[in-house]
Amino acid sequence: MDIVSIRDFSREQIEHVLKLADKMVPVAKGEERSVLLEGHVLGSLFYEPSTRTRLSFECAMTRLGGRTLGFDEPKGSSVAKGETLADTIRMVDSYCDVIVLRHPQEGAARLAAHFANKPVINAGDGAGQHPTQTILDLFTIRKEKKNLEGINVVVLGDLKYGRTVHSLAEALAMFGAQLTFVAPPSLQIPKEHLKQIETMGHKPKISSSLEDSIKEADVLYVTRIQKERFPDPAEYQKVAGTFRIDLNALKDVKRDMIIMHPLPRVGEIAPEVDATEHARYFEQAFNGVPVRMALLGLVLGASK
Amino acid sequence: MKEFKVTPIRNGTVIDHISVGMALKVLKIIGVKDDVNSTVSVLIHVPSKKAGWKDIVKIEDRELDPKDLDRIALISPNATINIIRDYNVAEKFIVEVPNVIKGIMQCSNPGCITNKDEPVEPEFVVESKKPITLRCVYCDRVTTDVAENIR
Repeated sequence: MDIVSIRDFSREQIEHVLKLADKMVPVAKGEERSVLLEGHVLGSLFYEPSTRTRLSFECAMTRLGGRTLGFDEPKGSSVAKGETLADTIRMVDSYCDVIVLRHPQEGAARLAAHFANKPVINAGDGAGQHPTQTILDLFTIRKEKKNLEGINVVVLGDLKYGRTVHSLAEALAMFGAQLTFVAPPSLQIPKEHLKQIETMGHKPKISSSLEDSIKEADVLYVTRIQKERFPDPAEYQKVAGTFRIDLNALKDVKRDMIIMHPLPRVGEIAPEVDATEHARYFEQAFNGVPVRMALLGLVLGASK
Repeated sequence: MKEFKVTPIRNGTVIDHISVGMALKVLKIIGVKDDVNSTVSVLIHVPSKKAGWKDIVKIEDRELDPKDLDRIALISPNATINIIRDYNVAEKFIVEVPNVIKGIMQCSNPGCITNKDEPVEPEFVVESKKPITLRCVYCDRVTTDVAENIR
């Protein structure tokens, strides 16, 4: 069993992962010990920088009694000598029991799954899929809101290029959430994704004003607006300023509204927001551990 | 007497009703290159009763495998295949879009792993046959322009 794309999962399968992840929380926190994956080896191949994803996979494996080997940048490995991904995968396949891959090219995880006999988990392939992030986002929302059906989720930021946002939006639609997409017109969600989401559930709302949408939000999901998408730096400053979340922006929000962010943030959320009861992005980052524990247990056949 | 610009062939395969302008791409798709050892005639911009204009390809002394020929439907959905034996049409069939396309086109996404030097053939799932919509098995990019992406 590989985990390449969130589209490979049915709603029931996601529910099952979320339940398993819930049981893993005490182990993830270090309150309980587990030897579920003792003797198992995780091959962790990161061709691109990552902090949270890589560390939380390593943490998940270690907490369950397993070990991790691999690299966190291709420099110094045979990859730098021009080895194909297919060759690297076939080699690592013989050294470990499960492979976690982050790669700059889209489709890399699918290719790895094709060449590996051991399970492959996609930890992000370029602008492509990042399924474990989607599941941990769902886990976070469900933990706070219990039921995803009918809740108002406002998704803010770069909705055009941030494809992990697309996976999350599709998954949320599958669970019956009401989505509102807030972005400057040049970064609004592409039509084909909007169509896909419409076929899955409620018709999403589109807006370019945060002020109008934020009052109704149960969840505010903020993503980074990437500077390199703007040819004109002045234009970037203007857009980034408009979508900045600070105490002032939170004046009229629901009391139990939660703010999420996949992190790293670069100014989208002011530090003063961290201390409010709305901030959940650090819990969200922690939730990566139990969710990845559940997934590792499943693909290695240790959990059912 | 009817005048033929290209004479009928004795044995081989005639691909008729090719969408106008697609004949050379059809040759590419079915793998007919300069290593053939019989005559290949290509007619471009021929009057057609059905569609105004069409292209025709005639390959002598070679009966192409219908399986390979279905790929033609990707760029020319109305093409017909005639297997000729001793000047007669021995078999005739219409091409049909296959469910999976492997090897003949590249992914339109420059960031797709199949466009790097990896030992894999690009592969596409046909999501819709009319209009033709293909999804890359690797990167999920959807494309509708097949002719543009033929290798």
